[in-house]
Amino acid sequence: MGPGVSRSEKRKIIAGLLFISPWVAGFIFLTLYPLVSSAYLSLTDYSVLADPVFIGLDNYKHLATDQLFWQSLWNTFYFAVLSIPINLITAIFLAVLLNFDLTGKKIFRTIYFLPSLVPMVCMGVLWQWMLNGQVGLINQVLWPICDALNWMTGTNLAPPNWLANPAYAKAGLVLASMWGVGNAVVIFLAGLQDVPRTLYEAAGLDGCSFWQKTVHVTLPVISPVIYFNGIMSLIGSFQVFAVPYVMTNGGEGPGRSLLFSATYIFNKGFESWSMGYACAVALILFVIVLGLTLLATYLSERHVYYAAK
Amino acid sequence: MSPLSTVSVSIIAIGVLFLLTIGDEDDKVREDGRIEVEYWEKWTGFEREAMEDLVAEYNRSQDQVYVKFLSVSNIDRKLMLATAGGNPPDVAGIWSSNLPVFASNGALTPLDVQLSESSLGEQGYLPSVWRQLVVYDRVWALPATPGTNALHWNKQMFRQAGLDPDRPPRTIAELEQYNDQLTQFGDNGQIQAMGHLPVEPGWWSASWSIWFGGTIWNGDSRVTATSDANVAALKWIESYPERYGAESLMGFRQLSGVFASPENPFFRGRVAMVLQGPWMYNFINNFAPKDFEYGVAPFPTIDEEDYGASLVETDCLVIPRGAAHPEEAFKFISWLQQPEQMEALCLAQLKFSPLKEVSEDFYERHPNPHIHVYRELAEHPLAQIRPQMVTYNDFSNDMVNAIDNVMRNKMQALEAAQEVQKRQQALFTRKHEAWLKIQDKRLKEWDQE
Repeated sequence: MGPGVSRSEKRKIIAGLLFISPWVAGFIFLTLYPLVSSAYLSLTDYSVLADPVFIGLDNYKHLATDQLFWQSLWNTFYFAVLSIPINLITAIFLAVLLNFDLTGKKIFRTIYFLPSLVPMVCMGVLWQWMLNGQVGLINQVLWPICDALNWMTGTNLAPPNWLANPAYAKAGLVLASMWGVGNAVVIFLAGLQDVPRTLYEAAGLDGCSFWQKTVHVTLPVISPVIYFNGIMSLIGSFQVFAVPYVMTNGGEGPGRSLLFSATYIFNKGFESWSMGYACAVALILFVIVLGLTLLATYLSERHVYYAAK
Repeated sequence: MSPLSTVSVSIIAIGVLFLLTIGDEDDKVREDGRIEVEYWEKWTGFEREAMEDLVAEYNRSQDQVYVKFLSVSNIDRKLMLATAGGNPPDVAGIWSSNLPVFASNGALTPLDVQLSESSLGEQGYLPSVWRQLVVYDRVWALPATPGTNALHWNKQMFRQAGLDPDRPPRTIAELEQYNDQLTQFGDNGQIQAMGHLPVEPGWWSASWSIWFGGTIWNGDSRVTATSDANVAALKWIESYPERYGAESLMGFRQLSGVFASPENPFFRGRVAMVLQGPWMYNFINNFAPKDFEYGVAPFPTIDEEDYGASLVETDCLVIPRGAAHPEEAFKFISWLQQPEQMEALCLAQLKFSPLKEVSEDFYERHPNPHIHVYRELAEHPLAQIRPQMVTYNDFSNDMVNAIDNVMRNKMQALEAAQEVQKRQQALFTRKHEAWLKIQDKRLKEWDQE
C-alpha cells in the first residue's frame, strides 16, 4: 500500500480482505492444495495408506497403453459432444418459450425448473426405470409408434433396450441429462429479460420477423450467457459421474459404454487403491477441460458481446 | 461495532467452534471409567441388530471396556481412509476378500502374537474359513459369520415343467437340459421365464471357474483367466445367446427387479434356479409369496465328481493399524469367538458356524431348514476361497464386462478370456513388483508388532 492510501482506505482494504478471507482460505486449502498435491501424486505409486513412492512418469507411460483409459476418454468426449449442444439448444428454446407473456408463465417456469432440483442419485434411479427396455415409460411411448410404423411400412422396428445396449446407453444418458436443463433455462431467462425492449422495437420498425429478431437481436445480446452456460455444461459433461454410476449400479454400462473419465478415476482411486494412477487420469482430464475452455474463449471472443465494453 | 471488529469477532468465533470439534480422539475414557472401544460394522438391518445385541451383552458382562457399535456403509473405503488419516476404529467388521489389499498396504494389525497367547487358533475353525484369514503367512482377522454359494431352485416351476421337484441338477449338462425345459417364450417370441441365467444375479462373475474345476490365479505371479476352467465357464455362458438369442436375453435381463424386493426374478417365478447364499432365507421370508417352495443343494459342476465344490466367504473382524486400544479390541473379538456367543450370532444372522465344533442342538434351533447344506459345502474338500490376489477387484470388474460382452454375442468366449488375461496380468505384475520392493520392510514391521 503506497503512501497515498489514507487510514480509512487502509481499514476498508483490510476489512475487504477479511471478508473474502474465508473464501481465499477455502480456495487455498480445499482447491489449490489438492490440485498441486494431486499433480505430485500422479508421479508416484500411492495406495493411500502407504507413503507415496516417486516413480516419475511411469503412471503416464502406462496410461498411454491403457485401453480402458482411452475408452473412458472417448466415452466422455462422445457424451460431451452429444449432450452440450442438445442441452444448450433445448435450454434456449425453453427459455424463449417461457419468456413469452403468457398467463401462468410463472407456473410453467417453476415446472421446467423443478426437475433440476432432484438430487443426482434419485435422478439416476428414476431414469434407470424410465429407460428400462421392457417396462420403462420411454419405451411405453415408443412401442405404439413403432407398432404403427411397422404396420404401415412392414418393417420390424422395436424400441431399444436403452441401458443394456451399448449403441443406445449414451443416448439414454443424454436424455436423462436433459432433465437438469432447468438451471440453464433460468440463467437464459435472466439474460433474455435483460435484452432492451428498444432494440426489439427498432427491429420491428425495420420490419424484422420474429426469427430475424431472435437471430440478430436476442442471440447477440445474450451471447455472454450462452458462453457461460456453454462453459458450465462443458465442465459438467466432463465430470459426469453420479447419474451413470447409479444407473449402472456402480458398473460401467454394457460394453463399458458408460465408463467415463470420472468413473475411471473413482474406480482406480477407491476400488483398486491406485491413487497415483487415478491422479494422473484426473490431471489429464483437468488439462483437457482447461484447454477446451481456453479454446472456447478464444473462438467465441469475436462472437460474445459484452454491453459494458 | 465497526465492520472491522464485526468481521474479526466472527472469524474468531468460527475458529473457536472449529477447534471445539477437534477433540482428543486417542484416549477415550468414559465418565464411568471404562475404556471406549470403537467398533465399525458393515451390516444394516437384522444382521446389525444381531451384532448389536451381542455387543450389549459384552458391555453388561464386564466393567472395564465399553464397546461402541457403529453401522458404517461402504466400510472398506471408509476404513481405508480413516486408517490412512490416522484415526481408525479399534475393531472393524469387513469381508475376508478385503484382507489381501488391506494387509499388503499395512492397514491392519497382525493377530499372531495375541493369538499365540490365547486359546484361539487354526484348530478351532473350519479349514476353508481359516484359510481366508491368513495372508502372507500371518493371521489378520477372526471370523464373524461365513457363507457358501449353493443352487436354490423353485420347486413349483420344476413341477410345472414336469421335472422332479426334489431332484436338482448335479452337472452343468443337466442344468442346461433343465434350463431348456423350464424356459418359456411369450407370443411375441420374448423370453417369459428361464431355468437359469448366469447373470442373475451375477455377483460371482470372477468365480465361475470353481464349478468348472479350476481357478483364475496360480497363487503367485500368474493370473490364469485363460485357464481351461475359466474358458469353459465363458463357453458355457456363450451357449446362452446361441440358444436363446442375444437380443431376447437383453430384454429379459431388463426385467430383473431390485434384488431385495418382491420384484426379485427368483421370487416372482421368472428364473427357476439361482446361485445364492444363506441370506436368501431371510429375503424369501420377507419378499417371496407365502406359498413359495424352494430347495437348496450344491451348484452343478462340469464334472460330476466335483459335485459339492463351492465358494466360501466370511465376514471377519480386524484391528486396524493405529487403533487406540488393540488389546481391548482383541479381548472383545475373542469373546465373540466363544462357542456360545458365536452360535448366538450365527443363529441371529441366519448363518452357519465357522467353528469346527457345533453344539448338538444348533441345527434344531436354526430357523433355516437348509442351513446344513451351506455348512457341508464349507466342509467339502473342494471348498474354495476367493483368490487372495491384490488386484481381485479389477479382475472381478473385468470379468463382469467380459461376461456381458459374451452374453450380448459381441465377443467369443476365448477372445474375452484372452483380453481379461492380457489386461489383468499386466495390472497384477505391476502391483506384484511394487509389493516385492516393499515386502522385506513390511514383513519386518509385522514381526516387530
